[in-house]
Amino acid sequence: MNWNVIREYLPLYIEALGLTVKIGWLGIILSIALGLVCALILYFKVPLLQVIIKIYIELFRNTPLLVQLFFLYFGLPKLGIRITAQTCGILGLTLIGGSYMTETFRSGLSAIDSIQSESALSLGMKKHQVFFYVILPQAISISIPGFMANIIFLLKETSVFSAISLMDLMFTAKDLIGLEYKTIEALFLLVVFYLIMLLPVSLLGTYIERRVRYAAYGD
Amino acid sequence: MSIKNEILKIEHLHKAFGENVILKDFDLSVKSGEVIVIIGPSGCGKSTLLRCINGLEDIQSGKIYVDEQPVIQGSKDLYEIRQKIGMVFQSYDLFPHMTVLQNITLAPMKVQKRKKEKVEKEAIELLSRVGLADKKDSFPRQLSGGQKQRVAIVRALCMHPEIMLFDEVTAALDPEMVHEVLQTMLELAQSGKTMLIVTHEMSFARAIADRILFLDEGELIEEAPPEEFFTSPKTDRAKKFLQTFEYSKK
Ligand SMILES: Nc1ncnc2c1ncn2[C@@H]1O[C@H](COP(=O)(O)OP(=O)(O)OP(=O)(O)O)[C@@H](O)[C@H]1O
Ligand SMILES: [Mg+2]
Repeated sequence: MNWNVIREYLPLYIEALGLTVKIGWLGIILSIALGLVCALILYFKVPLLQVIIKIYIELFRNTPLLVQLFFLYFGLPKLGIRITAQTCGILGLTLIGGSYMTETFRSGLSAIDSIQSESALSLGMKKHQVFFYVILPQAISISIPGFMANIIFLLKETSVFSAISLMDLMFTAKDLIGLEYKTIEALFLLVVFYLIMLLPVSLLGTYIERRVRYAAYGD
Repeated sequence: MSIKNEILKIEHLHKAFGENVILKDFDLSVKSGEVIVIIGPSGCGKSTLLRCINGLEDIQSGKIYVDEQPVIQGSKDLYEIRQKIGMVFQSYDLFPHMTVLQNITLAPMKVQKRKKEKVEKEAIELLSRVGLADKKDSFPRQLSGGQKQRVAIVRALCMHPEIMLFDEVTAALDPEMVHEVLQTMLELAQSGKTMLIVTHEMSFARAIADRILFLDEGELIEEAPPEEFFTSPKTDRAKKFLQTFEYSKK
């Protein structure tokens, strides 16, 4: 392995990391928001909307992100909608992430024992008070480990962005291998940069999970 | 005059789950300050009755009045009526993400819009009456089963209910914790609270009740003052039920 090569290409990877992190976190934040909204619609069984959301979830959970990105990137322009590769990446991540986040949050909501809402109702609380004071905070804390797992999954999924010519980490590595034949150095940097991106999130996830479990109730 | 101090009135209550009839033509009248204990075999409809009273179950026919207001599923008054009914369940039902004090003050503040300082002061007073003032900042998971149930009682009391419903609140407790909870309930009865209690603790029932109601298969089989019921039950079904609490060598 040639360290001079590595030093030479380091700036390229740093730039690519910046792009990946930017798209990744925008997509993740939006997918959490989307997931919360969808899960609430499912929880309150909003007519029509809940059917649409169920179809959306099945559709996006059962097709690869790459396929979804192709549809958005090459399909939308055919319908007259132009979007940049970046917007497409963020949108794709939001949609697939939203479907996973919805499922996680929905199962968190359904994990709350009915005795919780019954005892809140018996204290005279209105339904929305029961939801916001009693159900929601518990559902969120139950869902946090699932959210963290989804976030790591989504950050890893960003590796398919190169397919729509976004200059992310994977794109940069492919370029170096294809054009310069610096295979070893390119791959080494690729692994290191993914670890730089994911390890802190992973460790944070383990930490939060332990906190949540420690704070969990029970006897 | 008598109508005024009638806290709870049930007329011809009929409750079924699908084909399965749970309560048949059930009548009950509870006056202010009365302590009624309901006993009966498992599955006879005791919990269902309590749940109907505060509108957690819909009913097929009949009328339930709390403080002269009819309990009707889906009516706006239901929220107001529920404030007059304190309920403590068998399973622990404290909110696990809140401290003891937050558990108690949530509903008085959010539902009754009472001032935080006043509610907290009252909550701490009530807690010290049941010997738990030092636990006000604990979370439910840090409490024993008996402590949780006493907090649940305080939480219900802090809403100033007209009547308290207890559904086998000691059934899930270790034996050594049963006593402290029953003691709390006895003190409550002595203070003049109107109470409707479902329990399997016979000596407690005998000590606390003004009247015993014996239910079987959704019907009121026998109703009597405790001494009379426990020493000379009139019906065979009540006799047989009471025998299940006695042990003898064959
Ligand atoms: N949600 C429900 N749906 C259908 N059947 C129910 C439901 N809740 C209770 N039941 C049935 O109603 C009957 C009465 O139940 P309930 O819980 O009121 O009995 P109980 O007298 O409180 O018994 P226990 O002493 O065991 O608590 C039982 O046969 C039970 O299976
Ligand atoms: Mg019961």
